[in-house]
Amino acid sequence: MSAQMITRATTASRIALGAALVIIAILIAAPWWGSTANLRLITEFMFYLALASMWNLLAGYAGLLSVGQHAYVGLGGYVLFSVVLFLGINPLLAIPVAGVVGAVMSLPVAWLVFRLKGPYFAIGTWVVADVFRLAFAQMTSVGGGSGLSLPTQAMKSIGSKSEREMLIYLLALAVCLGAVVLIYLLLRSRIGLALTAIRDNDVASSSLGIDIGRIKLLTYVVTAGVTSMVGTLIFLTKLRIYPDAAFSMNDWTVFVLLIVVVGGIGTIEGPILGTLLYFLLREYLSDLGAIYLMILGILSIVIMLWAPKGIWGLVVKRWEMSLFPVGYRIRKRQD
Amino acid sequence: MEWINVISQGVLIGGLYALFAAGLSLIFGVMRLVNIAHGDLIVGAAYLAYTIVGATGLNPLVSLILVVPLMGLIGYALQMALLNRVIGGDILSPLIVTFGLSIIIQNGLLTGFTADSHKLSAGSLDTGSMAILPGLDIGYMPLLTFGAAVAIIAGLQYLFYHTGLGRAFRAVSDDGEIAQIMGLENRKVFGWAMALSMTVVAVAGVLLALRSNFDPFIGPSRLLFGFEAVIIGGLGNLWGTLAGGVILGVAQGIGAKIDPGYQILAGHLAFLIILAVKPRGLFPRIDG
Repeated sequence: MSAQMITRATTASRIALGAALVIIAILIAAPWWGSTANLRLITEFMFYLALASMWNLLAGYAGLLSVGQHAYVGLGGYVLFSVVLFLGINPLLAIPVAGVVGAVMSLPVAWLVFRLKGPYFAIGTWVVADVFRLAFAQMTSVGGGSGLSLPTQAMKSIGSKSEREMLIYLLALAVCLGAVVLIYLLLRSRIGLALTAIRDNDVASSSLGIDIGRIKLLTYVVTAGVTSMVGTLIFLTKLRIYPDAAFSMNDWTVFVLLIVVVGGIGTIEGPILGTLLYFLLREYLSDLGAIYLMILGILSIVIMLWAPKGIWGLVVKRWEMSLFPVGYRIRKRQD
Repeated sequence: MEWINVISQGVLIGGLYALFAAGLSLIFGVMRLVNIAHGDLIVGAAYLAYTIVGATGLNPLVSLILVVPLMGLIGYALQMALLNRVIGGDILSPLIVTFGLSIIIQNGLLTGFTADSHKLSAGSLDTGSMAILPGLDIGYMPLLTFGAAVAIIAGLQYLFYHTGLGRAFRAVSDDGEIAQIMGLENRKVFGWAMALSMTVVAVAGVLLALRSNFDPFIGPSRLLFGFEAVIIGGLGNLWGTLAGGVILGVAQGIGAKIDPGYQILAGHLAFLIILAVKPRGLFPRIDG
């Protein structure tokens, strides 16, 4: 006698959960085993993974192909410098402030750019990010085009150099894990079901009563808030900010977008795999300069032509596995 | 009089922006593709002209005899070999592929020509001007640019609505499957559309290079200007696009007059204001 049962977890996902807990434990312990260089590299990895996961939520699930997310990274950075210089409060408090500022700022932006459809939406977000860059370059209170430095006094208020590095590392880890877990839980919720339906077919999902406009707006606002918080952390490690670095399209949008597309868009695993791959490529090829960037360009075209679901898509096709079970599957149960 | 000068300069540069926009709009109209590499292709055309002028000593305007067909050929090849394979499905693939193309062109130009900026010269035309009113001089070069924009847009308009090729463009745009049943080979029609777009890009690139300095990385902002002109004017309306270019040019001119740092920002703001009050642009096509 056999009956059907519905499960979410798979063998692979149970193993993955175990492995993930081990990896997270090792990462939390990194300040005790890693060198400063190690910590810096992992911190940067966490930033990119958080940005990539957020862009994936936006583009891969909500279908909002924004190429202007560097607007929020830069905004988060400037929130940090403004809070420290004008309010004189602890730099770490800038992180939640940036989350709120990013989310609030994203509302008028969404009101404007949501009028543009499809690919024109993408370029519209690009224009908005350019407006942010040019506007901050005109503001003399934040140093105009040449920017600002964080006073050492403010940094010392966090702690000694090694304490600071450890704290920033742990915060980066927390924000990154938080971003991934947020997406995982979001996708398993009702909103996630709606997002998955929108990803698969927005017309059909709308006819089933999903309020696409609201879900998209919600996703855009959440993504903007988290992206701004990551921006604050990024510039907490850089200690200096100027408009071209804060709103760098290459650093905060193009590389992030390539990570997601190469790893596998529309899956939680894709950005993780993509970030690993990006750091590997960068480690070995970035000395090539312009040639390295051309290789990245060619890679993105090759992926789109032959594996539009990215490398994780190939893995899924070959072994049918899912490390983050967000869907349902039916299995036969032996009684 | 100073302000009249600013505005007339803005109007004339608007012609160049309309040329950036016309190629973009043409491609979007026929195959719903937004070519992120459009600006980089404009810069690529400028470098092609620079190379030809360097090798032959031709006047840049005469070099168009070579640049225009070469860019057309590149466009056709690009469409047949690459872009045809990614259009028709979701909007992600064409966006990423043209993004990749943009990175490749920029860094390819950087590798081939260094980051130095260049400018083309058409001899005495560069600085020549005529006095329209006392105190109001119009340069020959801006006037020529604007004239070229009007002529090209009139030509595209005629081609779209009065020739067999234009009929094919409209047919595949309205309903690709029916067009195919009626005996059109969509792939080739798309190839022709991209070729045509690239001939406009060729003219735009040479006029850009005659007017101001160019380097491998100025492409993206030209894409944004063209895009803004398209949206301000209204999707699918070529004459509207010219008006959009003019509005953008005037806005930038006024911004630059207030403070040089406000030039691009003023253009962006004009675009955003029009997006806020007239989301479909000032002159949207009635159908569509």
